[in-house]
Amino acid sequence: MSSAVEVRAVSRTFGGRKGASVTALESVDLSVAPGEFVSLIGPSGCGKSTLLRLIADLDTPTSGELSVFGKPARQARVDQDYGIAFQQAGLLPWKTVTGNIELPLALHGVGRSERKARVSELLELIGLTDFAGHYPDQLSGGMQQRVAIARALAESPKLLLMDEPFGALDEMTRERMQNELVRICAETQAAVVFVTHSIPEAVFLSDRVVVMSPRPGRITDVIDVSLGGPAERDDSLREDEAFFRGVAKVREALHGVPVAGARGVDTR
Amino acid sequence: MSATTATIPERALARGSAYRTVVAPIVLGVAMLGLWQGVVDGFGIEQYIVPTPTDIWHEITDNLGSIVDGSVSTGVNALIGLVVGALVGILGAIIAGVWRIFDTIVAPLVAALAVMPIVALAPVLYTMYGADKETARQIVAAVAVIVPVYINTLRGLRQVRPVHRDLMRVYAASARQQQFAVTLPTAAPYVFTGLRVASSLAVISALIAEYFGGPIGGLGKSITSSAASSNYALAWAYVFGAIVLGLVFYCAALAVEMFFTRHRSTP
Ligand SMILES: Nc1ncnc2c1ncn2[C@@H]1O[C@H](COP(=O)(O)OP(=O)(O)OP(=O)(O)O)[C@@H](O)[C@H]1O
Ligand SMILES: [Mg+2]
Repeated sequence: MSSAVEVRAVSRTFGGRKGASVTALESVDLSVAPGEFVSLIGPSGCGKSTLLRLIADLDTPTSGELSVFGKPARQARVDQDYGIAFQQAGLLPWKTVTGNIELPLALHGVGRSERKARVSELLELIGLTDFAGHYPDQLSGGMQQRVAIARALAESPKLLLMDEPFGALDEMTRERMQNELVRICAETQAAVVFVTHSIPEAVFLSDRVVVMSPRPGRITDVIDVSLGGPAERDDSLREDEAFFRGVAKVREALHGVPVAGARGVDTR
Repeated sequence: MSATTATIPERALARGSAYRTVVAPIVLGVAMLGLWQGVVDGFGIEQYIVPTPTDIWHEITDNLGSIVDGSVSTGVNALIGLVVGALVGILGAIIAGVWRIFDTIVAPLVAALAVMPIVALAPVLYTMYGADKETARQIVAAVAVIVPVYINTLRGLRQVRPVHRDLMRVYAASARQQQFAVTLPTAAPYVFTGLRVASSLAVISALIAEYFGGPIGGLGKSITSSAASSNYALAWAYVFGAIVLGLVFYCAALAVEMFFTRHRSTP
């Protein structure tokens, strides 16, 4: 089976006026296996969102090749092969929770009864069954984010793209959402590309953590963490020795100290 | 980074201030009426120069039937103008939102309409459509309505948040789907703002158009004819009817706006 995401020598340069151009990404290589959880971490402006948008075909690379499940990114988007959650929940304020979750289904012509069944499944999954008829402005930020995740999951995609989905949440909600995400991923078997600023979050969730550096945006390290299957990934893992070792490894990589065993691409 | 779009009359929609919004103007109004009565009585000003509020009130109660009939007559013209003008304005804005070229083409026309006192058209329209018909007044009201509705709607159609646009692209939505799922709902609060502004304009235009001719029975004609016969208290009584009519239109438009924008505070 082809990999979920295959990024080969991708660069993206944003042309500014008067020749001032920004190289957001430079020759980036990345491959994500089906069912794998990969986090992108790095300082602000290193091109994490840009990379995610390229995979989602919301933007096109200046050079290089990108494929999703063996197809060009555009085809994968048209075929609805992925679900995406943005940093801002991006819910439609004039629609209820139900209306928001079923939006992709409605747009793609799924029948009413089927939609209803799927929405109630998803509501259960995110624990918001009692809020089906609420509007986004009646929900907390964390609840809105969960609705956005349910919307991303609506069509059971085999690939989930998430750009700092928990960025706006407090630490407690954040950890609970991380636990839920582990559970959801185990249930749906989806591959995930997850952008985050939080080292512990990346280590807790991921099979691999991709460390990036800015100007130009590059991948400097890819760190295997794989702290075990979903069954072992619970709150006790957050106090586990292996977890702390993973956090230390990623931190060292972020600060530019080469780590033995990691595949450093270019530490300069 | 935040893409919050403050729309709508936040002053009117803020919950805590609703009380103040209503009470403060009433207090001011009552004080003004008291002052008016006091000055006219105190200085012994003649009724035919400046009538007192009580004089006007008597005329209102004596001629209530005629005032109500006049309000209905003028109100129907304003309402027809409002509906027709709003439809034209909204449709025009949707077309301009889809094809930018249309916006470029009509921009000078919209600018001209915006600065022109529309009632100036009334005499011409009476000649065209006949002085015994209400058509000219309805057209004047409609034309006055088109501009604010068009401008506000077009502005609203361009407020689609980038994250929503991305979302539609992610779902590979057709242009039509995008229009109905995101663009039109985003514009809705702006449309209602335009309608609220237009509602008063429709009443004013329909009423003033009566000054230039056409059949009798409306508030505008009644104001001019009572003033012409030096019955100033009665003229003021009809003005009072016009104020009430304007308020009814405005409040109805505001209520509709508030209903349709009740969930728009957060993304
Ligand atoms: N549409 C654009 N036009 C011009 N420059 C852009 C555009 N989008 C991103 N950039 C530039 O590309 C670089 C990478 O941006 P990107 O949003 O991918 O960073 P990021 O890693 O997601 O940062 P953050 O962690 O702050 O979200 C930045 O220097 C930014 O200025
Ligand atoms: Mg970003």
